[in-house]
Amino acid sequence: MATTATEAVATGAEHAEKTGLPQLDFATFPNQIFWLAVTLVIIYLVLTRVALPRIGAVLAERSGTITNDLAAAEEFKQKAVQAERAYNDALTMARGEAAKIVASAKADIQKDLDKAIAKADADIAAKAVESEAKITEIKAGALDAITEVAKDTARELVIALGGKADAKSITAAVAARLKG
Amino acid sequence: MAGEETSKLNIHPMEQFIVKPLFGGDTIHWYTPTNVTLWMGIAVLVMIALLVLGTSRRSIIPSRLQSVGEMLYGFIHNMVEEVTGHDGIKYFPYVMTLFMFVVLANLLGLIPMAFATTSHFAVTATLAMLVFLSVTILGFAKQGIGFLGMFWVSSAPLVLRPVLALIEIISYFVRPLSHSIRLGGNVMAGHAVIKVFAGFAGALGVASVVPILSIAAIYGLELLVAVVQAYVFTILTCVYLRDAVGGAHH
Repeated sequence: MATTATEAVATGAEHAEKTGLPQLDFATFPNQIFWLAVTLVIIYLVLTRVALPRIGAVLAERSGTITNDLAAAEEFKQKAVQAERAYNDALTMARGEAAKIVASAKADIQKDLDKAIAKADADIAAKAVESEAKITEIKAGALDAITEVAKDTARELVIALGGKADAKSITAAVAARLKG
Repeated sequence: MAGEETSKLNIHPMEQFIVKPLFGGDTIHWYTPTNVTLWMGIAVLVMIALLVLGTSRRSIIPSRLQSVGEMLYGFIHNMVEEVTGHDGIKYFPYVMTLFMFVVLANLLGLIPMAFATTSHFAVTATLAMLVFLSVTILGFAKQGIGFLGMFWVSSAPLVLRPVLALIEIISYFVRPLSHSIRLGGNVMAGHAVIKVFAGFAGALGVASVVPILSIAAIYGLELLVAVVQAYVFTILTCVYLRDAVGGAHH
């Protein structure tokens, strides 16, 4: 153990004597600088030839996809808004149409109704005139009949009472009576 | 090791930073595969696993690994765009390279027994000089001699401008120093402190609970430092780049 310790001390001392810090051992500098150069060149080549273009492409593709998706979403939204507007327009138009149809139907019905009423009125008026004529006729008929009956009755009464039935005076008397 | 340290408090907090050849031998040539090579290679593999294999399915709805990769991409991309402005976006791969290396090296260095490559000034200074040189060259290439206008604070009174210019020039040249030492120093200090506490834990017997708990706490702090220092290194790179690209001056 003592020997290894002394050896270690010896090597340490040797190093210290030779260089102090290993960092200041200039004998190793060319070696380090050479391998550093090799390393940096390899890293640079791998990065520029493979890694960076690939990652850049992936990132660009991703942001492109996201942008496209957002644009598509925006487009769909616009379409939905448009569809809603079209729907509302169609609804308004249909309402107007319906109102128009209702109005025209109403007008038609009114016209028909008016026509029917007018026709009915005319019919009624005609019927009334006809009836009036009939009534007048009947009335006249009835008056004649009454006059006849009254004359007959009056003659019979006169005969029954023993008078002489003068047709002319009886008619006059009946006519006078009927008038009054 | 514990045995050595009970007999004598023999702590070598700096031993973890020694650059060693992977396959034996003593001499370290510039091309020798060392532990630096190993851990930088692991960083590259982790980066590939995260950003290449993790994103291989290219799904619109990302898997967990893919979202981590995308998050890193988005984080650095936004940083470059916000700090350097729109003209700076074309340097995003460059900034991303630095960030991925620093953050992975910092985090991998925290694995027990690992080698923290960013604890070495050779590495951080190279990174900082890379940024410094590229920013300076880019600045002159983009703005020509007008790049020097950066040092001429036109909003200050005329008398003060030469003085301010001198200060600006000094601070410009100090940038790589502070840029590299901030990163390397933080990583090195954290790792050394953990190692010192580990040495205490070996020496104290039962009472070693205290240093072990401290290590746990410091480890959490070091995780934060690893990420924050990578972030700071990267955002400073972006700030320097903005000067070169010719965004808003002071």
